[in-house]
Amino acid sequence: MAKTLAQEFTKGLWDEIPPFRLVLGLCPALGVSTTMENGIGMGIATTFVLICSNILVSLFRNIIPTKVRIVCFIIIIATFVTLVELLMQAYTYELFLKLGVFIPLIVVNCVVLGRAEAFAYKNKLLPSLADGLGIGLGFTMALGALGFVREVLGTGACYGVNLMGSSYKPFTFMVEAPGAFVALGLMLCLMNMVGKK
Amino acid sequence: MRELIKMVVILTILSSFSGGILAYVKDVTEKDIDMQRLKFEKAPAIKEILANATNDPLKDRFVVMDGKKKVSVFVGKVDEKFNFITFEAQGKGFGGDMGVMIGVNLEEDKIIGIGVTTHSETPGIGSKAKTDKAFKAQFVDMALVEKFSVKDDGGAVDTISGATVTSKGVCIALNQASALYKRIKPEILKKINELPK
Repeated sequence: MAKTLAQEFTKGLWDEIPPFRLVLGLCPALGVSTTMENGIGMGIATTFVLICSNILVSLFRNIIPTKVRIVCFIIIIATFVTLVELLMQAYTYELFLKLGVFIPLIVVNCVVLGRAEAFAYKNKLLPSLADGLGIGLGFTMALGALGFVREVLGTGACYGVNLMGSSYKPFTFMVEAPGAFVALGLMLCLMNMVGKK
Repeated sequence: MRELIKMVVILTILSSFSGGILAYVKDVTEKDIDMQRLKFEKAPAIKEILANATNDPLKDRFVVMDGKKKVSVFVGKVDEKFNFITFEAQGKGFGGDMGVMIGVNLEEDKIIGIGVTTHSETPGIGSKAKTDKAFKAQFVDMALVEKFSVKDDGGAVDTISGATVTSKGVCIALNQASALYKRIKPEILKKINELPK
């Protein structure tokens, strides 16, 4: 079990990358990954919450009584989510409007709660920090990639830059909810193929 | 028993810390959030309604108290007179609360224009209340004393096709606005006289 800090960090980037390998946090992953910008914005917000909640849960793991641990996790997570919500409203209002209801929904994101329960509650501060950072970055990358694929296939452009040439007919199915499942499945398939060699 | 007390104490401490931090952050960010709301949601509607104004309505604004509620009033200067004002009222649409900015000619008590600010209506259907020019134009020159209702309910307002509930929501906001206007008009006139000419 004794993994190095670097291993705790890097596992989140490939071996346990959230929406693909852990198949957790699907709701925001499918909901906001319509464009790359939204995906990355959501990923960063989640990463912040994940790191902060992992730190606090790990620090207080000896004080928090086992029987009410989930309640304590939720209080900690909800505090940071509300914090993010307020900060986003104050400084990145446009992104806040686009992400809308998915920001408060980070509270019930299984990635965040899952890491608190499965990792931070049993590990020391530094590994928990590395874990939160790794999983968070992995989640951000995954949402960004998913958003990129969907945006390019669904609208033919990314950040307003046309990538597919003018003869490309936008495959709008990809930016709708069912398209998200298909994109996720295909990307997971691709990851498995690469992983097997 | 000791375990129970421990649980209660820890949950209490955790919750009060969480509440304290959030209250502080909310206090700090409140001004910025108000500014952002003004910039991204209200400003476009105000600018559209007061397109002929020679001043900057966003600068010439003041707050009027309606009981305990604050109402922001934006004043437009046309023909060297502060005759036009806009303020916001709330209505209930299909997807929840929506804000409607209403422009009024103070001398004639007539509507000079309306614009939807915040809403969570269905994109492409109810959201047309924000963009549909014909829908918005029908309110111009109506007196802000009458009761507004859609044609289905025996009123004079044409609904947006497919978005009856949204159209009714706009009427609710207008009815609220006319009641509000009656209450705060004396106060508005007083404040306008205090504005630098």
